[in-house]
Amino acid sequence: MITLLINDKKYKLDIAPEMPLLWAIRDVIGLTGTKFGCGIGACGACKVLVNATATYSCLTPVKDVVGKKITTIEGTTPNLQLLQEAWAAFNVPQCGYCQPGQLITATSLLNTINNPSDTDIDEAMSGNICRCGTYQRIKSAIQHTVELKNQTK
Amino acid sequence: MSTNNNISRRSFVKNISLASGGLILACNYSLFSNEMNTTNAVEFNPNLFVQLNTDGSLILIASRSEMGNGVRTSLTSVIADEMEADWNQVSVKQAVGDAKYGDQNTDGSRSILYLYETMRKMGAMTKAMLITAAAKTWQVPESECHAQNHFVIHTGGKKIGFGALAETAKTLEIPTNITYKNPKDFKYIGKSLKSIDVANYANGSAIFGIDKRLPNMKFAAIARCPVTFGTVQSFDKSAAMKIRGVLDVIEIPRIEKPFGPLGGIAVIATSTWAAFEGKKALAITWNYGKNETYDSEAYMVEITKNVHQPAKVEKEIGNVDQAFASANKIIESTFQLPHLAHAPMEVPNAVAWVQGDTCQVWAPTQDPQTAREEVTAYLATTSDKVTLNVTFLGGGFGRKSKPDYIVEAVILSKAIHAPVQVVWTREDDIKHGYYHTVSSQYMKASLDNQGRVTGWLHRFALPSIMSTFTPGIEFAQNWEIATASDIPYEIKNLKVEVGQAPAHVRIGWMRSVINIPHGFAVNVFADELAFAANKDPLEFRLDLIGSDRLEDTKDPIKYDTKRLKNVLKRAAKNANWHQPLPNGHAYGIAVQYSFYTYVASVVEVSMLNDKIKVHNIYTVIDCGTVINSDTVKAQLEGAAIFGMSLAFYGKITAKNGIIEQNSFSDYPLIRMNEIPKVHVDIVESTENPTGVGEPGVPVIAPAIVNAIFKLTGKRYYNLPLSDYNLV
Repeated sequence: MITLLINDKKYKLDIAPEMPLLWAIRDVIGLTGTKFGCGIGACGACKVLVNATATYSCLTPVKDVVGKKITTIEGTTPNLQLLQEAWAAFNVPQCGYCQPGQLITATSLLNTINNPSDTDIDEAMSGNICRCGTYQRIKSAIQHTVELKNQTK
Repeated sequence: MSTNNNISRRSFVKNISLASGGLILACNYSLFSNEMNTTNAVEFNPNLFVQLNTDGSLILIASRSEMGNGVRTSLTSVIADEMEADWNQVSVKQAVGDAKYGDQNTDGSRSILYLYETMRKMGAMTKAMLITAAAKTWQVPESECHAQNHFVIHTGGKKIGFGALAETAKTLEIPTNITYKNPKDFKYIGKSLKSIDVANYANGSAIFGIDKRLPNMKFAAIARCPVTFGTVQSFDKSAAMKIRGVLDVIEIPRIEKPFGPLGGIAVIATSTWAAFEGKKALAITWNYGKNETYDSEAYMVEITKNVHQPAKVEKEIGNVDQAFASANKIIESTFQLPHLAHAPMEVPNAVAWVQGDTCQVWAPTQDPQTAREEVTAYLATTSDKVTLNVTFLGGGFGRKSKPDYIVEAVILSKAIHAPVQVVWTREDDIKHGYYHTVSSQYMKASLDNQGRVTGWLHRFALPSIMSTFTPGIEFAQNWEIATASDIPYEIKNLKVEVGQAPAHVRIGWMRSVINIPHGFAVNVFADELAFAANKDPLEFRLDLIGSDRLEDTKDPIKYDTKRLKNVLKRAAKNANWHQPLPNGHAYGIAVQYSFYTYVASVVEVSMLNDKIKVHNIYTVIDCGTVINSDTVKAQLEGAAIFGMSLAFYGKITAKNGIIEQNSFSDYPLIRMNEIPKVHVDIVESTENPTGVGEPGVPVIAPAIVNAIFKLTGKRYYNLPLSDYNLV
């Protein structure tokens, strides 16, 4: 049995230890907000927070994250919530499919750097593909969230 | 106020009272003939629904698929506006695939074009009935009542909510006189409504096809022959069966239809991962078949040969040979573009549950009616037994118009008597697509001593989309020719020829379709001519378009050269075309009329260490009446990135019949660190609304190439630019 802590909830799963976290989350637990895009860590659609860091769940066997705190798009963290509000305010998504991964990556960025520069944003977000091409709005929404956080400090 | 009395009573097929106390309206009439989609036998007869509940909540049905096009919001907002509904009371329900809704095929950038007036009617008609209901309730003349923000108000000051009128309204006759709002009174149309689904996208609760779950549902992955239309000779499933979670391995045959599954070996499992792992463990011997000879490099040589010699003449105006003979200057160029894959972020997938002679499907599909027909045909049943539920689409771009992956799920569900979800791997998606065509284009033009174009020859060879429908077609067909033969240039001597190009993979339409190759060649060539004539590319192009006129194309909608010149001028103005740029920066320009819409882009590039950087893209669109300006803006922002991806990286190649690319690692797409600032400007217009999703794509690549020429003096005739180590 593998025990995972996802969004503050414990899941005991009878699965192979090598199963990628992505499929445990989607197919076994049934949280489908985390997406499959490529399975090789090239698109970022599958990213979840492991502790506070965005991680390619398609490349992460469940045995490697036992005992760690996993947050998916269905979870809540202060930065994720702020970003989700900005995503809505900037009407960021088009098809919406990659956006959970984008939001998780942006959350990880803000968890690490309080005041990211343009280059920081580009670097952090370049692992995530959006085929619809919403990058400009993603960037604006991140910058807006940073400004908002700085104002309320 | 405008009035339209043209609605026949017969055209209203339903006026059904709902048990829930609601009011359903449906209307059925045709706008345009459906000229492009050849497989869709459905007539263009929209039936659109409004459901008003007694508590005032309003359910509006979206009959078209949502794939980032914003259609669930735009179509329903038109109904709400004409109805004077309060948007906060609206929820949107996705229609299942059913001919009663009229054409639901969400491609060709035509959802708004086809449905705008119908949607207005649906709203206006509902409003009229609510006003009648209020007048009846109050025993006052209808002329003393008007609707405003979900209420009907009497001149005397009384008001009543829409919900409270539902019961009375449902007993009324459908009105014959429909009164429309004056466009200046629009509340939602032309404004910026946010996507009605934005919150669900951001919190992960939007259900895409791949997210559908059913009790006892199995997961399936399919190994398909690496060569298009190859077959299974033999296979060994023993290793696959040993993988934990693998339940079964089943051979499925190819169905020889345009949208038929390719066939192969399916692995059924308890999770997607187990299915993927099981698929990897299969040992299969394939019969590759005749497409094994397909080598895209050799093929390019072959089709290029076919455009370097006289080919099938499709159009000739004047006498091109004579113009060439008396030319002051002759320019000729050849353009080569590779196959492309759609690569939507959500791979093809579908859930099917066959129970007895009924079947339920949940799928991300652009064309639920065709999907339903294919499923019905496979099960040899009647369409009433097949329910085609449309989920959110994680991108479509034309790929999800083709329901091969849906039929796969149906085959497997029928075989194992359980609900099945088929999921393609990304490698499956890249290797077994309906590829955007590969092309070679030869262009030749003559200039007189004033630098004016006197003759123009456009000769191209590309495997036709129609080869997918009618195997054996080896020449471009009708609309694949029209973009070249109907170019909006005032040239006295013009010839369009089509060379032979047999297909060796499935050819499909991808966002902006034939406008990608034609838009590229024509825009780059026009720029080349401008430089040969020693003229400014913008001024040269405006001269080439020439006088203000409506072009006499075969299409019911004529294009207007004045509008074309306007977007060109406006893009140049927005970019300050005539002002000097910083050192090492240059502008390129391109313009394209597609899907009845006018788009021009000016692109600013620089080179650093021999690598291109795109800094700004100034796009201007004239798509007639705008329904949702933020959606238009978003589509054009996205189109710029889509266009950049194909310009920079887009390339699918085949060797020994096998597609060489696999995933985003070797079929790269533009990422955040490469994006320019995209500035979108929308022309205000009261003309009919026209396409938005696609027309922004084809101008980007040629504008980039033209800018690079301006900067470096080097002209790149082939894509992608990664082949030249420029990106």
